[in-house]
Amino acid sequence: MSQNGQHPLPLIMMRELADNVATPLFLVDRNGVLVYYNEAAEVVLGTRYVEAGSLTAEEWSARWAAEDVDGHPLPADKRPLAVAMKERRPSHRPMILLDASGARRTIEVTAFPLLARADEVVGAVAIFWDCEVAP
Amino acid sequence: MRARIWGCRGSLAAPGPDTVRAGGNTSCVELRTESGELIILDAGTGLRALGLHLAGEEPRTIHLLLSHLHLDHLEGLGFFGPLFDPKVEFHFWGPPSPVTSLKDRIARYLSPPLFPVNIADVPSDATFHDVPSEEFEIGGARILAAPVSHSGPTVGYRISENGRTLAYLPDHEPVRGGDLREMAPGWISGYSIARDADVLMHDSQYTEAEYPSRVGWGHSSIAHVVTYAKIAGVKSLLLFHHDPLHDDDALDRKLERAIELWGDGDGTPALATEGLQFELT
Repeated sequence: MSQNGQHPLPLIMMRELADNVATPLFLVDRNGVLVYYNEAAEVVLGTRYVEAGSLTAEEWSARWAAEDVDGHPLPADKRPLAVAMKERRPSHRPMILLDASGARRTIEVTAFPLLARADEVVGAVAIFWDCEVAP
Repeated sequence: MRARIWGCRGSLAAPGPDTVRAGGNTSCVELRTESGELIILDAGTGLRALGLHLAGEEPRTIHLLLSHLHLDHLEGLGFFGPLFDPKVEFHFWGPPSPVTSLKDRIARYLSPPLFPVNIADVPSDATFHDVPSEEFEIGGARILAAPVSHSGPTVGYRISENGRTLAYLPDHEPVRGGDLREMAPGWISGYSIARDADVLMHDSQYTEAEYPSRVGWGHSSIAHVVTYAKIAGVKSLLLFHHDPLHDDDALDRKLERAIELWGDGDGTPALATEGLQFELT
């Protein structure tokens, strides 16, 4: 959150969008801290946001570990959200998500940075596509 | 800090016998800091009369703080006398755009074919500033500008001097499709601007009955603005940016509803009206 007790407007608007779409959306702030995911993402992640709460990048990367499609561990810095934040560009990849119970779910993730100004990344958003239930 | 309202109508000037009490001019508010610095909030049609009022004073420095560049917040500019005075140092402040300078965006209106004079040719000494992300200072007043939810780049202004604060959010739709009462303050657009303000001047364009067919147009219902002001903990609420289709009687009914929603507690909502003056000391 900013020093003024309010999230930057792009995060607010993205959360509002997330609350009104059935597309799974996962939102992090400028430090990579998880600040919100919507009900559709709860289905993919297996946990309600109110139960998970705000998590640092290290915490949420550990909570939802990832593998590439060949089953090799996917380092945190190779995940689309990390790439979007670090390289300030959209990033996409299929991957396997592992939840705390060890359940595996194949998803595709597209992440992109949120820029408040041309030189200011205030967060990033990831869109999940659940390949196991997709038509 | 002193304030005087020169225009509080929204969207379109609405002069005539049915709007005499609230006035028909679009957004324009004059502020005077304790040191006498002149700050103007928005350049709606109310700016024309302010220019006439300033003729005897001949101010040398003017800071014009634009909330955004919709025409009802800009169209008074071409008829503001000091803009054409070469002795005036004119500072424009406005929301940044990722692609176009503030000057070029203003020039879309102040240039042919929409206006006979190009902004680049006005005689005053004009400087254009994108509002910074951090607090800045004008004449001893501390000013915070932050992006708020409207259509296109828009900022609200928080102006503080000697411990008193005016918050100005003339065009603002704080939530679209949700319920403000269920949201944490940090997730509400403009909260950093309005928080604990002594006076909040806020968009109040629609009735609760009108709003559902206007979601996403960038404006608030009466219920929105009262709820928002309560969450922000403001001490006094001025209903601003009146719909051009609402006559004085309709505004009275909106005010009655606002007072009803406000309930008990400190302060009472009031209507912004042309000519209204108040001090924050």
